[in-house]
Amino acid sequence: MGFEKFLFYCFAAISVVSAGMVITRRNPVHAVLWLVMTFVTSAGLWILLEAEFLGIVLVLVYVGAVMVLFLFVVMMLDVDIAAMRAGFITYLPIGALVAAIMLVEIELVMGSGDFGLDAFPKPAPAGMEVNNTRELGLLLYTVYVYPFELAAVLLLVAIVAAIRLTLRHRPDTKFVDPVHQVRVKKGPARIRIVKMPAVAPVVNETPAATKDQPA
Amino acid sequence: MIALSDYLMLSGILFSLAVAGIFLNRKNVIILLMCIELMLLAVNTNFIAFSHFLQDTTGQVFVFFILTVAAAEAAIGLAILVVLFRNRRTINVQDLDSLKG
Repeated sequence: MGFEKFLFYCFAAISVVSAGMVITRRNPVHAVLWLVMTFVTSAGLWILLEAEFLGIVLVLVYVGAVMVLFLFVVMMLDVDIAAMRAGFITYLPIGALVAAIMLVEIELVMGSGDFGLDAFPKPAPAGMEVNNTRELGLLLYTVYVYPFELAAVLLLVAIVAAIRLTLRHRPDTKFVDPVHQVRVKKGPARIRIVKMPAVAPVVNETPAATKDQPA
Repeated sequence: MIALSDYLMLSGILFSLAVAGIFLNRKNVIILLMCIELMLLAVNTNFIAFSHFLQDTTGQVFVFFILTVAAAEAAIGLAILVVLFRNRRTINVQDLDSLKG
């Protein structure tokens, strides 16, 4: 048994066990942490498949950003775990049955008959001169440059949507909308002169008059 | 030697586990989103395995785009979740029935 085979079975066992933990844990925080474990071991498998750039990206971007976002949201929401778990056992048989049937079907199709080593021989390992990042970048910036820019637009849309969804206007803050601030102009629209009758203020002079009377 | 079918079987197992997770945790929207992430991971592993055994980098480009879409999906999904929790004080799927006819 070669070292590569050993690595594959190690990573495969760890990722399957962690995926099982993700769907069975009671606490959502634990589930997210097991999902991180699954992603990291899958990154190891991808690097085993000579997709080094994507393996690193999976750890850095996916585990580092998206999973941390999940953790933030899970910890921010005050979720009643007991109510969420109600019916877990009830739906265990049907869930296991559907998953088992699907698994058997997938394994029947994917079994070594059509996708074995004789149909898809293992390619020779790439030497040190092969640069996976460079290959991927060459494809991405030439052949797939329009999809790449579309992906950038998609991320922008996601940013705008996420900010717009979670933006909250509180009526009690002193915040002034910059739109209204920049619209302010000097002139009659801003300062309105109110005409008032020129009446001298009425001063109550009775105490002074009573003081003056004896003199 | 590790054959292509080994990788395909592994991702099949991961995908089936994610489907089972959707059945088991059907009340908790967060875990449903996590199961979808798990499914996307299985599909990406398939793409990379085929890309390696066919010696074609296009599969990796596809995985790149799937990761982008999955990140956008997670961001918007979690934003919707936060707004939902702010308005309804719950993320239980069974309580979200205001659109029921």
